[in-house]
Amino acid sequence: METNEKRVLDEQDIQRALVRIAHEILERNHGTQDLVLIGIRTRGVYLAERLKKQIEAIEKGNVPLGTLDITLYRDDLGEIGPHPAVGQTDLPFNPSGKIVVLVDDVLYTGRTIRAALDAVIDFGRPKAIQLAVLIDRGHRELPVKADYVGKNIPTSKAEEVILRLCEGDAKDEAVVKRRNA
Amino acid sequence: MSIKWQRKDLLGLRDLSKEEIELILETAKSFREISLRPVKKVPALRGKTVANLFFEPSTRTRISFELAEKRLSADTIHIAASTSSVVKGESLKDTAHNIEALKVDTVVMRHASSGAPHRLAQHLKASVINAGDGINEHPTQALLDMFTILEKKKKIEGLRVSFIGDILHSRVARSNIWGLTKLGARVTVCAPKTLLPNQVEKLGVQVTTNLKDAVKDADVINLLRIQLERQSQSFFPSIREYATAYQIDSKILQNAKPEVMIMHPGPVNRGIEITSDVVDGPYSVILDQVTYGLAVRMAVLYLVSGSTHQEEAQT
Repeated sequence: METNEKRVLDEQDIQRALVRIAHEILERNHGTQDLVLIGIRTRGVYLAERLKKQIEAIEKGNVPLGTLDITLYRDDLGEIGPHPAVGQTDLPFNPSGKIVVLVDDVLYTGRTIRAALDAVIDFGRPKAIQLAVLIDRGHRELPVKADYVGKNIPTSKAEEVILRLCEGDAKDEAVVKRRNA
Repeated sequence: MSIKWQRKDLLGLRDLSKEEIELILETAKSFREISLRPVKKVPALRGKTVANLFFEPSTRTRISFELAEKRLSADTIHIAASTSSVVKGESLKDTAHNIEALKVDTVVMRHASSGAPHRLAQHLKASVINAGDGINEHPTQALLDMFTILEKKKKIEGLRVSFIGDILHSRVARSNIWGLTKLGARVTVCAPKTLLPNQVEKLGVQVTTNLKDAVKDADVINLLRIQLERQSQSFFPSIREYATAYQIDSKILQNAKPEVMIMHPGPVNRGIEITSDVVDGPYSVILDQVTYGLAVRMAVLYLVSGSTHQEEAQT
């Protein structure tokens, strides 16, 4: 952790939040019937993998897992340049008739989720789409609300929320940092 | 992949760095899956207009670009030289200004003259993608060839790639030589002396006129079509004599590595540079090249169209 950062979640906090979200998903959907998880690249995928393990540890059954890259659905592609890198999308199932739980790390403006909804619906017509995020930092610009939230962390727009997960970083933690500090 | 695409145009692989080539190939990987979806379309180029300017006949490149543009949700217009004002004597520059007046964002261009897309790119604010210029370059074909090698062989560096056929007239060979040597492949070109460019070895390739030498150690054999339309001069005594010395058939492939891969940019002249049984045989990846070509062209259109925004924002 750098000096201008404030830790808001540690490894145990993240683990506890994911266990609770796994229970909430199962409770709300009465089990794993028709349930699929789709992680939004990059950290949403790691979180979805962890949720899958948790859910499958609580109840028997296999919960299919997909990976979604929303770059090509961004609403600012016409404004920003150069175009951002495109990651791979891999949905090894047809989402039609399924209950899709989208998983992302930090919910902020809601624009990523808007893009993800469009992308998922291009693959089929799910029975329902729900949203699970580890952190909700506020400042929505679109009418988007998460169904499952690990932690609400009120922030100012001048701040940045960074989630680090050991799949890609040194360790699990979430920090709040001032921009350009 | 840390670098970002900064160029307005894609004119050739000669100008590109290794990193830029790798960026295109990496991006293409992500576009492959779109063609397997129930809805084969993404909104990335919504509201953008792409003009396809084909001053020379083309079927597969034109269709591949057209489909790539549609799958990215771009609006497309097609101008074929035979049906346009070019036959009325309009100059390239005037055609360019008319395209500009229509607010086209990207131009995909094929032209019989080497350097024509470069000239167009200088006159246009729109991005220009070279879809083959004379005997100079055909960058998207070389990129899809490299993508096919990467998909099938998982690497390019250190592989031996042999080009057999009309090297002299081949923009596909030139682009491939630029690209493959940058990525560390060992390239051999093989043809009768009359179909080899002067001093071709200066491009960093091995040269041979003996087919067996080109086949023996190759991991990849890329065949070039004998361009019958360019044979106004006699480069070899007869098609039959060419086929006797340079045709790839199952017999010559007995000298090849067991895992050799046969590529061809198409259209194939069955029975001339390659026999029918090899085209349809287990070594051939010719149809995979067509499939991958779509992903590569989507990647190029996506990257190039991201380059013009900053300029627009300033004006």
